[in-house]
Amino acid sequence: METGLPARPGSGSGVGRWGRVPRAEGAVPAVAMGSEPGGCALRPFSCELGPLGRPDGSAAFLQGDTSVLAGLYGPAEVKGSRELYDQATLEVLLKPKVGLPGVFEKSREQLIRRTCEAVILGTLHPRTSVTIVLQVVSDAGSLLACCLNAACMGLMDAGLPMKSLFCGVTCALDADGALSLDPTAKQEKEARALLTFAISSVERRVLMSTTKGTCSVEELQRCIAAAQRAADAVFRFYRDSIHRKYSKA
Amino acid sequence: RVLGQVSCELVSPKLNRATEGILFFNLELSPMASPSFEPGRQSELLVKLNRLLERCLRNSKCIDTESLCVVAGVKVWQIRVDLHLLNHDGNIIDAASIAAIVALCHFRRPDVSVQGEEVTLYTPEERDPVPLSIHHMPICVSFAFFQQGTYLLVDPSEREERVMDGLLVIAMNKHREICTIQSSGGIMLLKEQVLRCSKITGVKVAEITELIQKALENDRKVRKEGGKFGFAESIPNQKISAFKMERAPVDTDDVEEQAEEIITKADPPLDVFAEPILRLPGTAQIGEGIENSWGDLEESEREEEEESNSDDVTASEDQKMEVEEINVMSENDPIVLSDSEEEGVVILEPEKTSKKTRTHTNAKQENSSSKKAFNKKRKKKRATR
Repeated sequence: METGLPARPGSGSGVGRWGRVPRAEGAVPAVAMGSEPGGCALRPFSCELGPLGRPDGSAAFLQGDTSVLAGLYGPAEVKGSRELYDQATLEVLLKPKVGLPGVFEKSREQLIRRTCEAVILGTLHPRTSVTIVLQVVSDAGSLLACCLNAACMGLMDAGLPMKSLFCGVTCALDADGALSLDPTAKQEKEARALLTFAISSVERRVLMSTTKGTCSVEELQRCIAAAQRAADAVFRFYRDSIHRKYSKA
Repeated sequence: RVLGQVSCELVSPKLNRATEGILFFNLELSPMASPSFEPGRQSELLVKLNRLLERCLRNSKCIDTESLCVVAGVKVWQIRVDLHLLNHDGNIIDAASIAAIVALCHFRRPDVSVQGEEVTLYTPEERDPVPLSIHHMPICVSFAFFQQGTYLLVDPSEREERVMDGLLVIAMNKHREICTIQSSGGIMLLKEQVLRCSKITGVKVAEITELIQKALENDRKVRKEGGKFGFAESIPNQKISAFKMERAPVDTDDVEEQAEEIITKADPPLDVFAEPILRLPGTAQIGEGIENSWGDLEESEREEEEESNSDDVTASEDQKMEVEEINVMSENDPIVLSDSEEEGVVILEPEKTSKKTRTHTNAKQENSSSKKAFNKKRKKKRATR
């Protein structure tokens, strides 16, 4: 890690400050992290594995004030028309907090579905269906990333075979080109561009990316690199929470 | 487990109730709750639950709807209660009624002031939101009966619900007033049994109401002190299946260098396409497309080019002719269709054919099941012009 002062012009205002920050997990005091909230830091995470008794797998994932509850059923029986002879049929349902699901939710569902399809070993369970239901409990920024994280934890809780884990990270670019990770709702509104990536745990490859707003090619690459860094922290969090859950088994 | 959310909106009131606000309840059985709940299916259970919930909360007049009026006959508050069932382990109605009444008690609506003709709506930042005026809190308690009323179970679980003979639901508030009572399943109950159930309900409701008050008080205190509240804090620290992590800093120092490296190593982007060519108003073309590999269609293609370059929009008489042509065509085989179309095109005047080719395309789409490959290709060529 570098101990440099912000020497590069045009780099994000929060970037140069994380010189020699101890990378301890758990009890790191929030005060020492610098003055911008979510500048180049992820908000506090917490998760609960298996809060619901009925679904095969469930997880509640919280990023700051954004929280999503995921419930999973699978591998289960599939309707005749939807059956695929060589792999499992995956269905994702995203339920907003207020009102009926609309087109926006449908597009999000498809994004999450494609990410999960790339990761789940569907060929091990042909002629079955896997249903993931995501319920938005509260939305305070970076909702899609939170949904992806909840879905992954739910898949882990259900014990479905996967090629790799995945996590969702959101980057916001504001008018000056400053990068901020895991933005809050206020930061999202003021941002010039909002990019969400699904990063896989194997070699930190990008599984899915969706952007809103304008950004240049260099900025895109910068965001991807930053998201890959953030993915390290998220995967560590996954590992620790699963480790904790099975430590008593 | 039920998730409840209350939201409000200013709308115009119902015609026959000009001075009352509108209350809207919506209980959703999420597919998460049970594998038997399909999305988008209005099952009997859902209708029954919704109706019972509405009777319990609306007809008991626990919410003062008169206080929701802003300007009589013009603007009132519409309160919408959305309940999502997250986990079905029996006795949905109890959980839903508790969730609904607690959400309503917890809800704060934006403040409104009326000065003569002027109505000002304050945002939460300007003025603290105002709670709803709630008279009492009705809570449902369910009883399951087995063996013609011999055995009684309070708060049945899912398995018990499946095998029960009959169900009795009593909604009561802490002043021991029965708000709603419903018996279903066709079992005959003695008067003593119903009275006994209502006594049990009284005890239970008192306990639950106390719990609710404590939770609301807790939340109010925490909010005033500025501490953390909400769903995030409801996840307990001590549970082994729960884990929390504090703010994690992410080192993004060498992000720029990595990005530059990737860009320089990457292939340069392909040549950008030329400017689009504007053919007709509303029709543009980018690129040329690949060469048509069907040699013997060259003649008919040339004819098509002549037609599509015309600009005039035709009058309705042409449409009549086109309709006739289409009727003839729909009975024939597609190959014959194309031939007759060619001839028809040659006969008619040039201005009218542009519209004709377009409508032909539509008619062809209707007969798509019997289409042959070269017909499709021609349609594509037409569409790109």
